[in-house]
Amino acid sequence: MPELERLTERLAAVLPPDAVITDPVRLRTYECDGLTHHRATPGVVVLPGTAEQIAAVVRLCGEHGVPFVARGSGTGLSGGALPRTDGVLIVTSRMRRIVEIDIPNRRAVVEPGVTNLAITEAVRDQGYYYAPDPSSQQVCSIGGNVAENSGGAHCLKYGFTVNHVLAAEIVTPDGEIVELSADDPGYDLLGAFIGSEGTLGIATRITVRLSRAPEAVTTLLAAFTGIEAGGRAVSSVIAAGVVPAAIEMMDALAIEAAEAAVHCRYPAGAGAVLVVELDGPRAEVEHQFAAVERLCRDSGAFEIRVAASAEERAAIWKGRKSAFAAVGRISPAYIVQDGVVPRTALPRVLAGIDRLQEEYGIRVANVFHAGDGNLHPLVLFDDTVPGEAERAEAVSGRILDLCVEHGGSITGEHGVGVDKARYMPRMFTEDDLDTMQLLRCAFDPEGLANPGKVFPTPRLCGEAPGVRRGAHPLVEAGLAEQF
Amino acid sequence: MDAAGIALAATGVDIRAAGDGDEVAGVRPRRVALPESAEEIAAVMRACAAHDLAAVATGGRTKLHWGARPERCDVLVDLSRMNRVLEHTAGDLVVRAQAGVTLEALADTLAEAGQELALDVPVPGTTVGGLLATGIAGPRRFRYGTARDLLIGVTVVLADGTIARSGGKVVKNVAGYDLGKLFTGSYGTLGVIADATFRLHPLPAARAWVTATVERPVTRTERVMSAADILLTAVPAVTESPLEPSAVEIDWPDVDGPCTLAVLVEGAAATERAKALCELLGEPMGGTAEVTEEPPPWWNRLPSPDDDTLLELRIEVSSLPHMLPALREAAHASGARPAICGSLAAGTLHIGLRGLPNEIAGFVGLARDDAEGMYGGRVVVLAAPWEAARRLDPWGRVGALPLMRRVKERFDPGRRLSPGRFVGGI
Repeated sequence: MPELERLTERLAAVLPPDAVITDPVRLRTYECDGLTHHRATPGVVVLPGTAEQIAAVVRLCGEHGVPFVARGSGTGLSGGALPRTDGVLIVTSRMRRIVEIDIPNRRAVVEPGVTNLAITEAVRDQGYYYAPDPSSQQVCSIGGNVAENSGGAHCLKYGFTVNHVLAAEIVTPDGEIVELSADDPGYDLLGAFIGSEGTLGIATRITVRLSRAPEAVTTLLAAFTGIEAGGRAVSSVIAAGVVPAAIEMMDALAIEAAEAAVHCRYPAGAGAVLVVELDGPRAEVEHQFAAVERLCRDSGAFEIRVAASAEERAAIWKGRKSAFAAVGRISPAYIVQDGVVPRTALPRVLAGIDRLQEEYGIRVANVFHAGDGNLHPLVLFDDTVPGEAERAEAVSGRILDLCVEHGGSITGEHGVGVDKARYMPRMFTEDDLDTMQLLRCAFDPEGLANPGKVFPTPRLCGEAPGVRRGAHPLVEAGLAEQF
Repeated sequence: MDAAGIALAATGVDIRAAGDGDEVAGVRPRRVALPESAEEIAAVMRACAAHDLAAVATGGRTKLHWGARPERCDVLVDLSRMNRVLEHTAGDLVVRAQAGVTLEALADTLAEAGQELALDVPVPGTTVGGLLATGIAGPRRFRYGTARDLLIGVTVVLADGTIARSGGKVVKNVAGYDLGKLFTGSYGTLGVIADATFRLHPLPAARAWVTATVERPVTRTERVMSAADILLTAVPAVTESPLEPSAVEIDWPDVDGPCTLAVLVEGAAATERAKALCELLGEPMGGTAEVTEEPPPWWNRLPSPDDDTLLELRIEVSSLPHMLPALREAAHASGARPAICGSLAAGTLHIGLRGLPNEIAGFVGLARDDAEGMYGGRVVVLAAPWEAARRLDPWGRVGALPLMRRVKERFDPGRRLSPGRFVGGI
């Protein structure tokens, strides 16, 4: 009997009766996360309700040498929660209690299945909110945010998940429950754990920082004839010493898609729009707003709209937030890319993307967090046209090359997952990756926690560095995939 | 020369015999190496590996007496020659600097472009490497966090001479593990930091401080105007206001004397906002609050000179009104004389202690009973004279120690990097 079957029989002893899923039809609902072109039906799915249950499942996985993958809401865009057909998928959706809200100390303690937005909703009346705001915040789980170190449009000013998590209880890959705290003396294991994409264990209880809601928020939309003028405006705002809460840019194709989908009524004839949001003390926001408005006009903005109410702010954001889904209206299929470049390299990289469009005959819509150089090119293609999907994939990969060549990163917020593990050597040397692997080996010497993600061909822990020959032992053992 | 000396000399790196001022928490190394690049650090590390030499890295030598005594120390790796700012593209708000650059020099370079690394470091002469190795932070930790929050990339040299990099030079980046976090606050026990890349902020348009002093001495019998009572009302009024102070600090040099509260406001309309805060503070602080454009003299300074015992207390903000009287009582009970300052808003205080070794040990024990026992806080002894230090556990309660040991074992299996300096004898 295969190990997975032996393990599955034992799961019933550590979990409630309805928490183990083996029915093939139900298993298939978990076959992918938000990156739908990677699919694998999990060997078995478990729905634990407590940290102790997760620890028990992980210990059983260790005893049987079976890999496990954790999954929150399944909104990830890099295949980080792609299941293993030979493994256990541990879904945290039943762990969605807000355990404690502690306003005097500005923190909340939550279970991993709690959605990002639920935290803000729980404290909004008291004038607080949880700052990181990935686009999927209505549904994505805080456990997934911790795994991916999620950002969002406002991380330009406020930082990422790692800057807003104060402590986490985790289940280590050997099934122990351990508390990691930013306040503890010792190594910052919490900082290293956040963003490790499920390869160092599973967060089972998370203490997040609550932020004071700003006194004033101002959102403006500036329309430009082209993307160069919009880029000039971004540079001049940053050079003026203003740190907006967000600066987002969309190009003509992205605007066209958003219009088709949500009728956002951005100014006619715009070749690019910029959404700038300022927040903070009223006196400061008023001062900065005047500067930003002037800088946008000086850079060639032909129309500027200012949101006077929450409804108008939502209307401005509607087009931007719908952009990913909206390109479905103008293209049968598309790839969402997530690369980062130094802000000053944006014009060169955008020109490079233009050249790729011509070279491959593939259209690319550009939506990006302009303030921090995080590009989300949407590579459009028709999957019914032979060869087009391959060309789109090639363009997508070349865009990442452009990012790395200009000193950037292959991912700003979507994570490496299964999707980009093969690109890691373009950004890091073998020594860099082997050094990261030392941390992995300290937590997970057996390599059972989300194997095949983040790292292209991990060495076995204990294996001496050197030239690799033949198939990697992890591949032979079926524990990792070769890219 | 012995074989180890020959091997070190063969690296081509400048090596000299150690002398006065080279001691690491009282342990004198045999030699000092002065590398000028990551590759030279790597050559030194390989020579150390070949001859099982223990190495401790240093930059400005301002915190060599911090941390526990090393079990052994053969080579002091002095990074003061690695003092170049490698890359500063102002438009990207990012800087990459070698480990030996002092924060003062870095600030000067960045100020030319109207930018800053938004960290206050209360020890003058601290280098980039020392900042990261100890994780020390000052008043604005409340707004900007600590070094780990602004670090976006790092180059390190491991015990076997491997040069490794993580992160990068873009602010937004989730590719691979963030080893910068792991190395921040690791006291040189995982590797030698060669250079670091930070995100920057524009220099604020203006700064203003609101300062208020409670003149009446606090006594054990008089609870009417105790510092704790004032904090109970004043600090939340400040931090919960929408005026967004960057820091809220206390200076309490003598627990039986007056205590001063200072609040920093930065950015556009700083003075206007400070005046509004002044009104908020005025009543609970007895109407003494005033606005200034310069900080009070104690701002961003540790509470005591180098040769005193220095503690760091981390505690939840809501426990401070209980903890401050507890510290006063610990002082009276032990005979030690604490000077207290630090961030009320972030719940991190530094305590300089004077007294006989047994008085200091007594104070630390009592403070830990309260902070760790009752309020979930932590008390770390950052530095202490040897007579006091040998009676103390420097780190207090540490969570996740078995995992930390496993990390150390992977990164430095030969225990050659600052052995014994860190938590649990790591």
